[in-house]
Amino acid sequence: MLKVNGLRVEQGTFTLHATFDVEQGARVAVIGPSGAGKSTLLGAIGGYAPATGQVLVDGRDVSAAAPDQRGMAMLFQDGNLFPHLTLEQNVGLGIRPALRLTTAERTRARDALGQVGLGDFATRKPGGVSGGQQSRAALARVLVQDRPLLLLDEPFAALGPALRGEMLDLTSRVARDVNATVLMITHAPEDAERAADQVLFVDNGRVDTPRPVAEILSNPPEALRAYLGR
Amino acid sequence: MARRAEQVSPWPGIAATGILVAAIFAAFVAIGLRVETGTGLRLAEWQAVRFTIWQAFLSALFSVALAVPVARGLARRRFPAHALLVTLLGAPFILPVIVAVLGILAIFGRNGWVNLALGALGLPDVSIYGAHGVILAHVFFNMPLATRLILQGWQTIPGEQFRLAGQLGLTPGAVFRTLEWPVLRQVVPGAFALIFVICLTSFAVALTLGGGPRATTIELAIYQAFRFDFDLGRAAVLSLLQLAVAGCAAVMALWILPPIVLQTGRDRVQQRWDRRTWGPRVLDGFWIVAAAAFLLMPLLAVVLAGVPGLLQLPASIWPATGTSIWVALVSTVLLVALALPIAAWLAQTKRGGAETLTLLGLIASPLMIGTGWFLLIFPWASPVAFALPVTALVNAMMALPFAVRILLPAMRQVFRDYGRLGQSLGLRDVAFWRIVLLPRLRPQIGFAAGLTAALSLGDLGVIALFADPDVATLPLQMYRLMGSYRTEAAAGAAVLLLMLAFGMFWICDMWGRRHAEG
Repeated sequence: MLKVNGLRVEQGTFTLHATFDVEQGARVAVIGPSGAGKSTLLGAIGGYAPATGQVLVDGRDVSAAAPDQRGMAMLFQDGNLFPHLTLEQNVGLGIRPALRLTTAERTRARDALGQVGLGDFATRKPGGVSGGQQSRAALARVLVQDRPLLLLDEPFAALGPALRGEMLDLTSRVARDVNATVLMITHAPEDAERAADQVLFVDNGRVDTPRPVAEILSNPPEALRAYLGR
Repeated sequence: MARRAEQVSPWPGIAATGILVAAIFAAFVAIGLRVETGTGLRLAEWQAVRFTIWQAFLSALFSVALAVPVARGLARRRFPAHALLVTLLGAPFILPVIVAVLGILAIFGRNGWVNLALGALGLPDVSIYGAHGVILAHVFFNMPLATRLILQGWQTIPGEQFRLAGQLGLTPGAVFRTLEWPVLRQVVPGAFALIFVICLTSFAVALTLGGGPRATTIELAIYQAFRFDFDLGRAAVLSLLQLAVAGCAAVMALWILPPIVLQTGRDRVQQRWDRRTWGPRVLDGFWIVAAAAFLLMPLLAVVLAGVPGLLQLPASIWPATGTSIWVALVSTVLLVALALPIAAWLAQTKRGGAETLTLLGLIASPLMIGTGWFLLIFPWASPVAFALPVTALVNAMMALPFAVRILLPAMRQVFRDYGRLGQSLGLRDVAFWRIVLLPRLRPQIGFAAGLTAALSLGDLGVIALFADPDVATLPLQMYRLMGSYRTEAAAGAAVLLLMLAFGMFWICDMWGRRHAEG
């Protein structure tokens, strides 16, 4: 489904290489030490950082496409919602990059908010709801974006453990609803166990191939063992 | 990858910069062509150059020297009107020059409060006209600016350091040496250079308080060559001199020019432990009261004289008022149309071009550009017909460097915070402007627009070159009233001008702050 072929990102003295495949519908946790290149990898796949090499989504080469033309939705560490727009407008931008939507489009945005439990908050602005609710609104936008690949750069890092778990479950549900493949960065192995089927280990600019969670966590390779402290 | 890296197209910004540079360059070429070979510099020109540099040097020196104790007092003391006073320090920036001059005359002029007091004591009068008057007015405008720059500098000292100083029981002198002096050494040269360069292009102050061989700036000499002798060749020579002097100074000073921060209402008082003793307390009190009086008394005098004067306003004031509002509105629209794309372009490039742009604004003096455009228009049409459009354009150009400096940091922040989100949603160009940039930058746009409106409304510069008796702005009409010794009417016009300038600033700023959320 996602095919990364000879991807290469250079940032000063740091270089990242990646060649791997992800199969349709997989939920892949990207794990690795700080500075290993996890965010760089997702940024390059998403088209936010200049890179060489190939990125294919469902067989289509998107390497030269703009971020919104790659068939991907992405949630960042922060700044996932525009603070001056209502939640409904924020979600609506996922349908069409405009503020004036048709009645049908508005209904769709409201429905998406309803699906993440924010049916009553459509006219609120991000500043008027809690951090967890902001995450939900961002996930509602992922629902309407309806893209085959979802990239998560630790969007729930600022939430407490219980809320983070809840959001991971919701993410899995949303991904299943839109039939999306998921690539998500995480620091915590328990998050990977909870919300991922596979683990992609990144260390010092090198990217492994995805391996099943149970297998890799029960018998981690040397570098991952050092990172996990086991 | 062949994809464009920018979120919004840089081309409108590049085009706007091109228009700006072309407008200045056209003026420059017109002046250059007009200068006849063999036109030597006469004594009067050299005197103007010497006075321009000398008064700018003294103005900067006094402004900074007086600002240090005032800033120190404001940094160390807390009192009820503290925030108000710090905000007030920003006011001279948008205060129409001619209004301030009238206020200074009301205090220091022939029948001013100072001379009344001296007369009552049987002492001889002092005259405000001449070099010292020009310098006094420049200090009035720039001492607050220097004070704010120094205050901002001291606010960068981490609170922990003052806590440590308090814990060690350092005396005020020791605190000055260890904490305040190092910052002062960084800030003062920049503040001095900035004020020096600003004062080099002084026109309205020299026009009203200076004059004669001993107190004529180059800008004033350009005006005189125009209005009194209609000697365009000489005006061109003087314009070149102005360009050379301001250009050299700005290039030399560029590396120490401070970023101009104009945001109002930033009043953070640091917790300090070095203000217990009586001596410094009395000293700080003296400087704060003296500075407040120096700034407030002229304004108070204008208002006191002007409110009754409002009833004596001649009918000619009203068309001039309409003209001024029109010019200010056109300037403001022009400014926003130029500054937004330029800021967006600069915000997305790696290298900061704002410094260069500021340089351009400081070197290209209004009268020089006015002279150039007069020379361009003169062979083809009556320059009077173009008086207002040229004034509006020049006013917008003068405000542009400030506006870009206000917009740029906020613009960079928006690209940093929401650039990727915009990219992920396919928000580009018009959509990104409309949905993200404009709403996020509303406070800065309002502030910059308000500043431009007030500056343009109060400007007495290019219009004085072009105008004839039928075309006048409010400041020019007020100047004419002063010239014909109709002091009450002039004071009335001053109050009107003051209300309009602050009113327009307030409306724009409020528009910007309203709905500013998140």
